[in-house]
Amino acid sequence: MMQPLHAPPNEAGVSALPRRVAESMMPTEERIGSRHTDAAAEARLRARYAAQRRFKAYGVLAIGVAIGALLWLLITLLSNGVTAFVQTNLRLAITFDPAVVDPQGNQSPESLAQGDFGRVIRDALRQRFPDAQGRVAVRNLLALLSSGAEFELRDRVIADPSMIGTTQPVWVLASSDVDMFRKGFFEKAADGGAGGRLNAQQVAWIEELAASGDLALQWNRLFFKAGDSRDPELVGVLGGVLGSFFTLFVCLVLAFPFGVAAAIYLEEFAPKNRFTDIIEVNINNLAAVPSIIFGLLGLAVFLNFFGMPRSAPLVGGIVLALMSLPTIIIASRAALRAVPPSIREAAYGLGASKMQVVLHHVLPLGLPGMLTGSIIAMAQALGETAPLLMIGMVAFIVDIPQGLTSSATALPVQIFMWADNPERGFVEKTSAAIIVLLAFLLTMNAIAIFLRKKFERRW
Amino acid sequence: MSHRTVVAAIVASAVLGLAAAPTEVMAQARDQIRIVGSSTVFPFTTAVAEQFGRAGRFRTPVVESTGTGGGMRLFCAGIGPAHPDFTNASRRMTAAEFDTCQRNGVTEIIEMPVGFDGIVIAVRKGSPKFDLTREQIWKALARQVPVNGQLVNNPYQRWNEIDPSLPNAPIEIIGPPPTSGTRDSFVELVLDVGCRNVPEIRAIQDNRARQQACQAIREDGKFVEGGENDNLIVQRLAADRTGTLMGVFGFSYLDQNTDKIEGKTVDGVEPTYENIASGKYPVSRSMFVYAKRAHIDVIPGMREFIAEYMSDRAMNAETGYLAQRGLIVHPAANRARFREEVMNLRLMTRP
Repeated sequence: MMQPLHAPPNEAGVSALPRRVAESMMPTEERIGSRHTDAAAEARLRARYAAQRRFKAYGVLAIGVAIGALLWLLITLLSNGVTAFVQTNLRLAITFDPAVVDPQGNQSPESLAQGDFGRVIRDALRQRFPDAQGRVAVRNLLALLSSGAEFELRDRVIADPSMIGTTQPVWVLASSDVDMFRKGFFEKAADGGAGGRLNAQQVAWIEELAASGDLALQWNRLFFKAGDSRDPELVGVLGGVLGSFFTLFVCLVLAFPFGVAAAIYLEEFAPKNRFTDIIEVNINNLAAVPSIIFGLLGLAVFLNFFGMPRSAPLVGGIVLALMSLPTIIIASRAALRAVPPSIREAAYGLGASKMQVVLHHVLPLGLPGMLTGSIIAMAQALGETAPLLMIGMVAFIVDIPQGLTSSATALPVQIFMWADNPERGFVEKTSAAIIVLLAFLLTMNAIAIFLRKKFERRW
Repeated sequence: MSHRTVVAAIVASAVLGLAAAPTEVMAQARDQIRIVGSSTVFPFTTAVAEQFGRAGRFRTPVVESTGTGGGMRLFCAGIGPAHPDFTNASRRMTAAEFDTCQRNGVTEIIEMPVGFDGIVIAVRKGSPKFDLTREQIWKALARQVPVNGQLVNNPYQRWNEIDPSLPNAPIEIIGPPPTSGTRDSFVELVLDVGCRNVPEIRAIQDNRARQQACQAIREDGKFVEGGENDNLIVQRLAADRTGTLMGVFGFSYLDQNTDKIEGKTVDGVEPTYENIASGKYPVSRSMFVYAKRAHIDVIPGMREFIAEYMSDRAMNAETGYLAQRGLIVHPAANRARFREEVMNLRLMTRP
């Protein structure tokens, strides 16, 4: 740095004497090169500036590494998961023979529910490829269809019974192997097959369908309205999302009022004595207890002693509430402490009682901070799987949960379970579910910021 | 936000939270089958559960993956809606578990033999081929091996040090951690068998010490515990450029990734569907599902679920949806017999 080096005045001012008097008392050579302007001082100053620049650089580096890691995570997630939002479908000319799909002949949902939609789809596919002859070839051909295609088609026909008796082109779901091939996750092998799962003939069929425009990627509606499945093309996150929602609802309803009440009492009313000190130490300790311990507690107390149902969001919510209580209490106490004493003093000055001061003034002003703390605790609870393991929420559950006591799983659990499945199609679904979880978290944090901004007061 | 609404909201939500808890808990009767147990059988039982639920007559069963031992504990804890109806097991129920069941009132148990699971030793596709015997695998993995008649800490770094016919390649194996059922079976089917004919091991008189010597795995980094997630082991094998890294996991993961990895032959037998089904491939284990007789006709759908599991639609070796997922089913004749026994609710005897 080449700028002129001026010693800051205060550093020279250690001596109590006025500067000029001090200089006049110094020997001549020192007056010319003062202690703060000579070469050694300049070197020292350069070293100090360099140290500061290095310190800043470390900070920038730390943030850079963090941003890099985050970007890397997001990019891998997006590149792996974004394809899961579209799904390969086949277009087949399906003949809805009333005798097959509508056994009672009255087009009622009950009658259609008994209809054999699998057969009409299979017939349409076999008509499309009459070259598939013999048991093995037919089986290979039918393997292009998803095992869930018929149920989806049935629901569509129940919604629109006018399709019965007609022949029309309909998009039906392809199997996961076809989907993986279409999306390029299966490489073509030397023998014409792909991914070790499709043989040469199947690949030829897929390519023929693609060439005539009868094979296309379409928006994956199922992913947002289905629960778990063992077929990657049929899975959905709705079960996990609702499970997480119910669990967090119970958690919030229990933890927030208790947490805030405890914080108000401890911060405003409780006497300072050994007993409250012990409570305080314990709250701080509880905040650091591994979450699996709370799961064990839930198993022992709520399932085994109170006989609550396994896998229920109610129990999950109670366990997570116990886990988030310390965080909420600590955050709420900090929020109460941040309310300026002048507010309390003014209220006392006007003759308010202690309870009036707290409920009319301190609590409303501390509430935004409490809300933020609570939502952060909720976000933490949203990501937990360990405590849920012990109370049976890590399970294969197809049905969408209907309420607080129906069996449910949670979004992170769903991710954990999909990551463990052998089928290749689950790789992208896992990433997609993580994207949904991140969106969920982002929404919660956005709500936290909104609430804080709306109710925050500045002094 | 006025203070009154704040206070009212807090009080109301607290009351709501307290009131919600006890009232809903009392709903005890259960209309949904609950299944616990082995993570190895889990993929197959869930497939049956999903198929069963799709028919629309009953709710889809809830299947938890708790491990065989954990499943047995839950299953044998008692009778009633609070306890599961089925448990998956990647081995037979032990006599001790059976006794626990009896003590807790679970006196009538139906055993459903489901099929086999092979444990494969896989490498990246295209790696040099060589056959391994179980004794060689044991020598590569054991903590102590015999050298010149003495048991010493495993000195082998490369395969050709064990046997000159093996290639000059480093020993690197990723396998399941001790908490996994796959590890138990690997120890039982590979290591215990592999050390059986080693004279220095046979010379150990004390049963426990001998078992210890057979089952202890080296901890010098040649054997890496890969965690419970078998997909990660598959990914690491596929990414291994040298092709010397070996992984140990269940057959279904090999079956789903045959474009990336291939199974090593063990004792000269390739780990294929046919070889495991016929019992030729030595490293395979039986899988079972256990049902509570007392719950049948109380929990709706149990009979139908058993029928679905044992049906030809699920179990057929060629077209069955379980076979397509990599389940290695019993031979057709045995299957028919098992189905008949199970459908007649034949009770198991003490193992």
